Parts: sequence; structure tokens; C-alpha cells
Amino acid sequence: MFYGTDLTSRLMLGTAQYPSPRVLRDAIAASGAEVITVSLRREGPEGGAFRDILAASGCRVLPNTAGCHTAREAITTAQMARELFGTRWIKLEVIGHADTLQPDPFGLVEAARTLCADGFEVFPYTTEDLVVADRLVEAGCQVLMPWGAPIGSGQGLRHIDALRAMRAHFPGVALVVDAGIGAPSQAALAMELGYDAVLLNTAVARSLDPVAMARAFGQAVAAGQGAHKAGLMPPRDMGVASTPVFGMAELA
Amino acid sequence: MISVLGAGVAGLCCATALVEAGHRVELIDTGAPPVSRLAGGMLAPFCEGDGAPETVVTAGQASVDWWAARVPGVTRRGTLVVAPPRDSAELARFARATRGHVAVDPGTLEPDLAGRFARGLFFEAEAHLDPVAALAALRMALVETGVPVRDGPARGRIVDCTGIGAPLPDLRPVRGEMMELHAPDVALTRPLRLLHPRFACYLVPRGGGRYMLGATMVESGSTAGITARAMMELLSAAYTLHPALAEAEILTTGTGLRPSLPDNLPAIRHDAGRIHVNGMYRHGFLMAPVLATRLARMMTKEMQDAH
Repeated sequence: MFYGTDLTSRLMLGTAQYPSPRVLRDAIAASGAEVITVSLRREGPEGGAFRDILAASGCRVLPNTAGCHTAREAITTAQMARELFGTRWIKLEVIGHADTLQPDPFGLVEAARTLCADGFEVFPYTTEDLVVADRLVEAGCQVLMPWGAPIGSGQGLRHIDALRAMRAHFPGVALVVDAGIGAPSQAALAMELGYDAVLLNTAVARSLDPVAMARAFGQAVAAGQGAHKAGLMPPRDMGVASTPVFGMAELA
Repeated sequence: MISVLGAGVAGLCCATALVEAGHRVELIDTGAPPVSRLAGGMLAPFCEGDGAPETVVTAGQASVDWWAARVPGVTRRGTLVVAPPRDSAELARFARATRGHVAVDPGTLEPDLAGRFARGLFFEAEAHLDPVAALAALRMALVETGVPVRDGPARGRIVDCTGIGAPLPDLRPVRGEMMELHAPDVALTRPLRLLHPRFACYLVPRGGGRYMLGATMVESGSTAGITARAMMELLSAAYTLHPALAEAEILTTGTGLRPSLPDNLPAIRHDAGRIHVNGMYRHGFLMAPVLATRLARMMTKEMQDAH
């Protein structure tokens, strides 16, 4: 559950960098995504025409604070987003490093506290650091969004053991791998780990055929989710024959 | 009489094509400076294949000859695409997304880039022009053939080429920011595109040491001046192309709204008794001749059918 909202598709899509709004619309439809995220910092209130297109997709809009480098900027952007989209949901990004786009955990926790207290339902973009995650939950976040890898890098799940530990540490919190996913197999892997959703943008938007790639990601996320629910077999050290050896007919 | 409304690249190309097809035309110019004056003026159908539908690549190729036959200053020196060493994956991606290119050592084409980039892509069949000069030349040619240019209400058959101001419900603005530099120390002879996952830019030589540096793409209708962020990003990208560009004089900055339809594809539309030629997006100089030619053919047929 994401702040009381249940989602069938566990793929969340970013809306930047698509060749056109029409391709974006078709990609959303092909992926089956029910949540799309959109930035506001640079577009400002004058980005109304594009926002109307997003609203027409029928998806739930998760506005984000991409491009914000301080808690204060992020809080102001979140307030503008609430007004423009009429939603309490906010994907909170406070960027701490210009090159890796790594979140600034200090600004993030500060902004999360203020926004949660102000009635926002915060989806914080964070690292896999458990202490930061604890602080975010304390601040009132019911969803955590650890990165897989730096935004737009396509490196997949860089610290997979840390992501496993996070899943184990927060059994009751909705966890979303956000950023760094480059291939459907990586998205499937995140879901197999028991994550609740995957959020990505570049891997679809900048592919040669965004609609086909969106569909592939939708299928991968569903496959990973289904596999996790069904209970993955544990790896074993030895081969285990799937048919019995004893009692077979002697044909010679 | 056909009234062509708007004197930007779409209006001037349409008026020109209609006159050439034998129609009586007048040009309505409200005096607002067209955003196409701020364009890069790249005639780059193959490079635009990264993102644009195939029709831009195929139909756009005709526009190089169209312009060369009508305005002076169309330079056929191709386009050079480069990427910083750590973003070389971008170059591989761009090569896959486009055609009409060969791999080159950028320094062999542009000696000023020698040693700066190990690899580049050369799109030999592309060209560029100076938008302000090209628009002026088209306009002058129209005036010389006796086309009246006036302000005031349109009459007769109306071809609306007013860009973002046109009454089309699904038209949206995509803001662009650019600047013009004077960098006499840098000698570059063809449009350069720097690929970068976040701070891409292009640099188009205008002659005499002048360069156009562009351009941002922001889903916004803001007509405010260039933002500090856009300027920093464009200039740092330019610095990556050539450090000597840091010594350039910034001659002008400009911002404008690209009129864009949902598929980002220029189109001829019939709406409320008017013909609209709009949605040029970032393809004005590339696609306006294509649409103008199509429009002239369409209107000639319409007139013949009426008789």
C-alpha cells in the first residue's frame, strides 16, 4: 500500500525526455503504469500545457522535486506541486552531489519532517542507508525510495545486499527502487527481492522504441512481483535431479 | 487571394511556395518578431532522427536544396557530433538512433578540435544557414515579386502560420533558450553537436567568428529571459567543446516558444475555415519548406476542383 492506495501495476514511470507527448502517452499505456512522476522545478507554473497532457493519461500523478538542492527549495516546490496537481503525494528529491545526483540525506530528512507535518504524503528518494531510512520513517514517511544506482546511469542494483538488508529491516514500509534501472531484468530483480515497486524514466524514454521498452518493463515488473509472491527457490550448492533416479525402467 | 498570416519561417515558406505555384498571395505581418529568428538554422534531417519520427528524416532531406535554390548562404559542410570521453556511450546510442553518418576523427574535419575528442560522427549530407538572413532573403524576394505585406485583418482564404499564437487547442509551447557568441579565436566551420546525458548543446557557425549556441527544451510557456541555469549549462557545454569559447563575448541571448503539437510533428490542419501550418517544434527550417510545398500542391488542386 502506498499511503492507503493499492496499485495493480508496480511500475512507476517518469515523464521526461520522451520524443513527444504522444509517444509518452503510448508508452504509459503499453507499460500499464498507474503512477507517473513529473518535475516542476524548471518548468514552473507556466508548464500547464504539458501538465494537462499528463492529467489526461488517467494515471495518478506523483510530482517530484527534481532539481532541488536544498530542503527549502524542495519544500517550496512541493507546495507548488500540491497546488497545481491537487495531490498530497510528493516524490521528495534533495540532490547532494551534482555529478552522481546522490541524495543529500541531511536536507532530505529535514524537508521530509516539514512536509509530513504539513500533511504531505512523502516518497523520499534516498540511499540504502538504514539510519537515514529510520529517520525518514520517524519523520512520518510510509514509503521509502532507495536508489538502485545514480539517476540515469542504467547500472541497475549497485548494492544489492544493502537493498536486501533494507527490505529485511523495513518489512512494513513500502519500498520502491528509484533511479539507476537500465534493463527490464534489473527491474525484475528488484521485485524478486520483495520490493513493492520500481520507478524509472531514462531507460524507457531514451530507448530507440520507448513504447516497446515500456511494455517490456511492465512485463518484467509483473514477472518479478509474481515470482516473489510465488516464493523463489533457494539456490543450492549441488545439483538436484528433478526426476527420481531409483526405480527407473531398465531398458537395456 | 490567399492571406498568409504570420511572417516567420512557416509563413514566409508558405507564401513563397504559393507564389511559385501561381497563386495570388498577400502576407500579413503583425510586426511581432518571429521565434524562428532564434533558431539554430541547422538543416539536419539525419541528426533529428534521434527522437523525431522517420518522416522528418525522409521528407526533411529535400529542404537543403529548397533553401539553397532560394536564399544565399546555405552551407553544405555536414554536421559533426561529438561526446566527451566519459560519455562515449552516448555517441554509440546516437549512432544507433540515426543514419547517414560515418565515424570520424573530429580533428581531421575541424582542426581546432584536434586532440579534444577521440571519435565523432559525421553527417555529410546536412547543411546550415543563418535564420535571420534566410528569412530576410525570402521576404525580400516576395516583395520583389509584388506580394503585398501589410498589417491588419486577414481576408480571403486564410493560411494561419502564427505559431504559438494560433487558435489550435492542442498546441503547446516548448520553451527554448539560446545565445549568440563572438569567438574570433575559435575556427569551426560546421554545426557541432555535443552529446551529454544532461547538458547537450549545439554550436552553429554564423561566420565572422560568430556562433549560435543552443538550445534548451523546457515544457513551459514562460517568455521570461534566459535563466541562469540555462546559461550555465549551455556555456559549460560549450566550454567542453572548446575551452577558448570561455573567452567569447556574449552578443545576445534569446528565448522563444516552439509551437508544438502532441506528436511534435509539424502539420497542415483545417480548422474553423482556416488552414493552419503549425507545430514547427524544433523543425522549422527543416520542415517548413516540406509543408509549404505540400500546401501549395493542395491549394492548386483545391482551385482546380473549384473550376
